[in-house]
Amino acid sequence: MLGLNGKDFLAWLFVLFLVAAAPILLNPFPEGSAFAQFNAGYPDLMQRFVIFGIFAIGFNILFGLTGYLSFGHAAFLGAGSYAGVWMLKLLTINVIPAIIMSTLVAGLFSLAIGYISLRRSGIYFSILTLAFAQMSFALAASVLTPITGGETGLQTQLGDPRILDAAATGGNIPAPSLFGLEMGHSWKVSVGDWLWTFNAGYYLCAFIMLIAFYIAIRIFRSPFGMMLKAVKSNNQRLGYTGINPRPYTLAAFVISGMYAGLAGGLMVSMDPLAGAERMQWTASGEVVLMTILGGIGTLIGPVLGAGLIKYSENIFSKINDNLLHTWFSFMPDGVENFMVTIVHPFVGKGWHLTLGLMFMLVVIFLPGGLVGGLSGLYKRLFRRGSHAQ
Amino acid sequence: MELSAILLQVLNGLDKGSAYALIALGLTLIFGTLGVVNFAHGALFMIGAFCAVSLQKILTISFTTIDESKTDFLGNPAQIHTPYVEKWFGEAVGATMIDWAVPLAILLAIPVMLLVGFAMERGLIKHFYKRPHADQILVTFGLAIVLQEIIKAYFGANQIPAPAPDALIGSFDFGVLLGFDPGTIIYPYWRIVYFLFAMVVVGAVFAFLKFTTFGMVVRAGMADRETVGLLGINIDKRFTIMFGIAAAVAGLAGVMYTPINSPNYHMGMDFLVISFVVVVVGGMGSLAGAVLAGFILGILESFASMREVIQLIPGINQVVIYLAAIVILLARPRGLLGRKGVMES
Amino acid sequence: MSSDKKPLNLSLTRRAVLKAGVATAAVGAAPMIIPSKAWGYANEPSGSTVTLGFNVPQSGAYADEGADELRAYELAVEHLNGEGDGGMMSTFSSKELKGNGILGRKVEYVTGDTQTKPDAARASARSMIEKDGAIMITGGSSSGVAVAVQALCQEAGVIFMAGLTHSNDTTGKDKKANGFRHFFNSYMSGAALAPILAANYGKDRRAYHLTADYNWGYTTEEAVRTSTEAMGWDTVAAVKTPLSQTDFSSYVAPVQASGADILVLNHYGANMVNSLTSAVEFGLRNAQSNGKNFEIVVPLYSRLMAKGAGENVKGIFGSTNWHWSLTDEGSKAFVKSFGTKYGFPPSQAAHTCYVQTLLYADACERAGTHDPCGVAAALEGFEFDGLGNGPTLYRAEDHQCFKDVLVVKGKENPSSDFDLLEIVEITPRDKVSYDASIFGGELGACNSG
Repeated sequence: MLGLNGKDFLAWLFVLFLVAAAPILLNPFPEGSAFAQFNAGYPDLMQRFVIFGIFAIGFNILFGLTGYLSFGHAAFLGAGSYAGVWMLKLLTINVIPAIIMSTLVAGLFSLAIGYISLRRSGIYFSILTLAFAQMSFALAASVLTPITGGETGLQTQLGDPRILDAAATGGNIPAPSLFGLEMGHSWKVSVGDWLWTFNAGYYLCAFIMLIAFYIAIRIFRSPFGMMLKAVKSNNQRLGYTGINPRPYTLAAFVISGMYAGLAGGLMVSMDPLAGAERMQWTASGEVVLMTILGGIGTLIGPVLGAGLIKYSENIFSKINDNLLHTWFSFMPDGVENFMVTIVHPFVGKGWHLTLGLMFMLVVIFLPGGLVGGLSGLYKRLFRRGSHAQ
Repeated sequence: MELSAILLQVLNGLDKGSAYALIALGLTLIFGTLGVVNFAHGALFMIGAFCAVSLQKILTISFTTIDESKTDFLGNPAQIHTPYVEKWFGEAVGATMIDWAVPLAILLAIPVMLLVGFAMERGLIKHFYKRPHADQILVTFGLAIVLQEIIKAYFGANQIPAPAPDALIGSFDFGVLLGFDPGTIIYPYWRIVYFLFAMVVVGAVFAFLKFTTFGMVVRAGMADRETVGLLGINIDKRFTIMFGIAAAVAGLAGVMYTPINSPNYHMGMDFLVISFVVVVVGGMGSLAGAVLAGFILGILESFASMREVIQLIPGINQVVIYLAAIVILLARPRGLLGRKGVMES
Repeated sequence: MSSDKKPLNLSLTRRAVLKAGVATAAVGAAPMIIPSKAWGYANEPSGSTVTLGFNVPQSGAYADEGADELRAYELAVEHLNGEGDGGMMSTFSSKELKGNGILGRKVEYVTGDTQTKPDAARASARSMIEKDGAIMITGGSSSGVAVAVQALCQEAGVIFMAGLTHSNDTTGKDKKANGFRHFFNSYMSGAALAPILAANYGKDRRAYHLTADYNWGYTTEEAVRTSTEAMGWDTVAAVKTPLSQTDFSSYVAPVQASGADILVLNHYGANMVNSLTSAVEFGLRNAQSNGKNFEIVVPLYSRLMAKGAGENVKGIFGSTNWHWSLTDEGSKAFVKSFGTKYGFPPSQAAHTCYVQTLLYADACERAGTHDPCGVAAALEGFEFDGLGNGPTLYRAEDHQCFKDVLVVKGKENPSSDFDLLEIVEITPRDKVSYDASIFGGELGACNSG
């Protein structure tokens, strides 16, 4: 189906179902209930899930297939973001040119950096990409302020030319839109106590993510993908067969850079601000962690990893003591306070601690990340013996 | 540009370089030789710094007396805190001990860091020698976050001043010594101490690996772990000890750095990237390379921060280390002194 | 472009929907599509509560400052809801606040972590607006975050009450109709500091600037340079330092030989602590230059920074928005209230956040609505007193507060951990005022979602 084998098509359908129903699936708790804080079905976070999903899928094309660990992919996300905001400022508030330009600019940028960095392999390659990204970040936050907005970030302004658009009216900056449909526009549906938000921007991101995912599957299964896997498993032997692996790895690098740029373009289309810290090594590290956490080289893993990290960041950081007291209020006073004291270090300002512990637990107990670990667990439980060794 | 200005930056560079070299030295023992991608190295450096803070806190544990003649900010009688050490050893001796808390913390940091290193290796890293590097990254990064959050929970996020002893505050005028005008080439005493300290530690680690049997076995084990194991030598135990030593080196770098950079829980992450860059530019598996790279990058950074240079190339001070890393890695495929085949695939 | 559709769909409150939902549930749980623009403004509260969003740094270098901001917000919420001793509500010149919440609605709040990153701060603010139905967002500890979140609130149609942000840009080139700042700015620091510096150090001085290489650093250097040069000082050099710098030795070392006799550190937070430490290490504080004592100046002080720098701040001039040792009735009431609850005096960040919350609540009361446009109108040109800085004006043209500015000095003999700064001068408001147009930018029109 669609040029995919049965199993892959099922996986793709599964993802299609997940993203289409996300506004419902991510809001399992009724509005106003004690655990509504765990609901993730609001536009900003849903958009982040799919956008970082795209970023991680792209990263996995490079890292998962070729084994080349780039520690500078955030630079492409950042470059894409800046290109996107400039399109929104100069050309039109319609997001299509911004998204296209982001992808292209990131592609060119990754071509330049990849061409140089791929002269080395292993850790030397990683440090080269890291160095390029850190340089981009440092310059964007300081001397390039006229182009990047510096540490404050690049924003749309009232006075922007937007040559294709009619002049803005009403004294407000127009919001990014798709042919007039604003990305922030939502339809809200309530069923019983549940409230679901169907957001235009989210569905645009989800649609693009499905395409990106489809392309990734095709790449994984193509002869090109096979070649990339050969690069990973035995670079040297590939050389002996007379094949120069560099054009292939460079192509993978540029493709994954374009995925990062696409993610950057979508980010600014949903929320028109590009900050320099998007390029910092911590941001590059985040996508590495997302991929490892979800499962390197698996199709769906990076998306799950991205979701888990973004969920922790956005949900756990917002739980405060006040909320803890409401959760445990059914308990006797002493026990309630005790429970609040126990949980307190892991939420709110302590959300990093939860994240750190999660990283450790996953890698210790689920080798191969979420996908690898869970499928391993599944095999051990249900098919004991058949896959021994 | 005047000669004195250049000499001044060379001095600065040596000092920055010794800091980089010292921080990178511990990492290269773990990363360059044991082959573990240790993202918790910055956290070890940070814990070292907090050994100094902790000792300072311990020495200033105080008993409280109420002074009715003064009031606090709410108008209640003021509480006067007097450290116990001043009560026990007399005011002068107690105050001197508090004043010398940072150098004294070396004595605390060595056992603490060795223990941290042993615990980390036995409890966690041991199981990851044969796992992919990606898994090592994830688990050590997770550990780094956990360690730093624990420090944050106890000490807060604000910086905590941990000054050098009064006797070592102030600076030495090298310029006068060399015949320049007074005040042109001055250098703080503490930084001179730091430089000498770094040299001693670097020398000790080199000597240990080079001239002791233990060191020889470890070096052999790095080159060919299995063969050494087959010879009936317990290489695992030695690797654990190596890990402990690496942690101690990182911790000592942290202790001595506190007067230069008031520690906060985040300082490890700030140094993590630079220490990886130094190790890799130096070349994987080479201790001498890491030290050399530390000094080269330190001196380049110092020169790039001169205002004449910034005027010439705006922003160069922001990127010089990374730019230098790129140039070196492109010119020399395995960094300055790297061994073939270490972490190249 | 269609401007009738609003950027973020906020036209419905959670509670209104809940009620509607309950109603449909009674009919038989049939899905109900809710029109996107039914009510007057974003997140209009319809129940008995109103939700405010406290968006402060809880991780990263400013986490302690953020924690102090959060304490102040919790205190303000207590006071608004009629609990505690009422703090500055009793000294506030406007008497609209009755301790029965805002417009009779009990004040509730949600918290989030800005991480001192514009991206994370916006994500956190969006979740408060989209998910929790927050009607006002406040907090933050850096100008980058303030500018980013202010723009978001403008787009979403909620009010933004800035926390600690000192760059001219916040109410200058990046000002927004929905955003308001109580904190002072770089310009005011420069204007307040220059006369004091001239009086103490003379008019014939040569200054060397080290400036953090980002927006706030630029505006601060500019402000201090302009105002000190107007007093007759020379600027020998101004060198930009990377924000990520931890060891400033190579920047500080050449200062003494440069012929300067003043070092101005346009640094904040960890940058300031570390650069000041380096400067003291290099003996600059005891040095002589041009036959004068060498001096160091830190344009923006905070008590937490002073604590981080320890002994090194002694005798060093700077400016601050507010200090707990002020003896006006408002400050005393606030320090008492905060100190009794938490055991230590509030920081300037805590003060500005507390005041902003009260000002917002009061503006709602006076406007008789939570509608951002009504609230903004009530805040614009509002004159008030009793909140710790003397008579204050919320200027209509740029939404900046104008009030007295404190010039402070590191205390030589601190009596406690908090007693680190002493007030040297309270510069009156007319000395630090400026024309609203000098920084450019457009306020735009208020947006109510």
